[in-house]
Amino acid sequence: MKLERRYACAPASDRIPSTMAETHSLQDLRQPAVSSKVFVQRDYGSGTISKFQTKFPSELESRLDKQQFDETIQTLNNLYAEAEKLGGKSYLEGCLACLTAYTIFLCMETHYEKVLKKISRYIKDQNEKIYAPRGLLLTDPIERGLRVVEITIYEDRSIGSGR
Amino acid sequence: RRNRGGLLNQRSFIVTDPERSFPGQRSRSPRRKWQLLPGRNRFYCDGRIMMARQTRVFYLTLVLILLTCGLFFTFDCPFLASHLTPAIPAVAGVLFVFVMATLLRASFTDPGVLPRATPDEAADLEGPTGEGVLNPPPRSREVLVNGQTVRLKYCFTCRMFRPPRASHCSLCDNCVERFDHHCPWVGNCVGRRNYRFFYLFILSLSFLTLFIFAFVITHVIIRSNRTGFLSALKDSPVVVCFFSIWSIVGLSGFHTYLISSNQTTNEDIKGSWSTKRGKDNYNPYSYGNILTNCCAALCGPLPPRSGLLLSTTVLASSPPSPLPPLPPLPPLPAPPPPLSPPPLLPLPLSPPLLPPPPLLPLPLSPPPLPPPPLLPLPLSPPLLPPPPPLL
Repeated sequence: MKLERRYACAPASDRIPSTMAETHSLQDLRQPAVSSKVFVQRDYGSGTISKFQTKFPSELESRLDKQQFDETIQTLNNLYAEAEKLGGKSYLEGCLACLTAYTIFLCMETHYEKVLKKISRYIKDQNEKIYAPRGLLLTDPIERGLRVVEITIYEDRSIGSGR
Repeated sequence: RRNRGGLLNQRSFIVTDPERSFPGQRSRSPRRKWQLLPGRNRFYCDGRIMMARQTRVFYLTLVLILLTCGLFFTFDCPFLASHLTPAIPAVAGVLFVFVMATLLRASFTDPGVLPRATPDEAADLEGPTGEGVLNPPPRSREVLVNGQTVRLKYCFTCRMFRPPRASHCSLCDNCVERFDHHCPWVGNCVGRRNYRFFYLFILSLSFLTLFIFAFVITHVIIRSNRTGFLSALKDSPVVVCFFSIWSIVGLSGFHTYLISSNQTTNEDIKGSWSTKRGKDNYNPYSYGNILTNCCAALCGPLPPRSGLLLSTTVLASSPPSPLPPLPPLPPLPAPPPPLSPPPLLPLPLSPPLLPPPPLLPLPLSPPPLPPPPLLPLPLSPPLLPPPPPLL
């Protein structure tokens, strides 16, 4: 059965129970049900900087390599550290903003926002390359207030091989 | 595009557009994300401006500042400019603009509201259910932050463990990151994202009030050469100005101390890092030296809004990279289940798709009676009476 369109995988809205999958089948599209969600919590060991725990959740053992998971989380942690880094550049940006009564941000983005966009692209990229083929989905932590990295596990309905 | 489709072909996913998932609710105009935010906030200018529910005291602050400065510029400045130097009204003008800019910025900026836990997240914390009843998680959790034990409390309203330094504001009904206090004068919580604006506001206001006070006195003195000091003084409520100045200057001094030691008002009042609690008690967030603490608080990177406040529209814009056309839509947090204690605000009607109208206050349902306001302000600035119009 050929799908008419191919979409980027998206998380099901939390409002949709798994029974909605049957309704959508009317539109000739199959929606895999959400099997469960894993939440990677924040690591506060170094203070309030954004950093996530690298502990590998047991629910993902069957689907993902520990190494890949580690790499993803470490990269995210590094990117957040880059966004929140205190240094000459961030101070300069802060002082410049103060002097212009913060109107400068009407024309330019803050460094933090730039890095967040980078993170968002990275997550999208990871989802496409690594997580989607395994029936997983990473949610950008900014959607959750940088509290958790939400990984949605979809039911395995693939007919073909795992990779 | 075909190649990427090949990768995804093994699993067939569809985009779940929140608009399409409920066919009966299909609407032409996109629903704004911030409208789905629970909590008692007011939004204006299409979600760009965010304030607390009670804004009367904020309008009072505005009126007092405008009135004081207006009278100063009208009655004292002409005299001072002509008799002394025109730099006086110029400096007063610059200070006034800075005060207003920082006040508005402090009032209108999202203080760093934490999005509430999604039902799945809350369920994950609450643990496995027995007979369908969710067990609430333990009241608090201990973590080690830079060697110091910090207790993270569980927020029953937001259904999550609060990050360190976050606190739940009962007036706004939100958890706020790095919560300092709720300031009624500014009409908003003071938290991570607007603390520097608040500090610059009270600092510049101190300078402005001292400046005005000094030059009103000067004016009185110069005039008293003609009419006599006491008669000139009795025309001016300078004595009242004197007390209000000390409150604002005192508050600025207090916040300067807080910034230099990297504490929040909340922590200082509770004595969280005081050595009285224990010999080894220290502030794990302090950078060690005053300069770094000050720079970090005032010039550090400013995090953008998070969660529902991330963008003003529901539908995310398409990404620049060559990906399949429809972008993944972020999941909307569902309304909290009936177990959640606070009342849920009903979703307002979606506004028409027009350029953002000025001052579009959201019709929110009347909240329950708010608890007594939490004002951990050590000094509340009393009224700023205007300088007298001298004869």
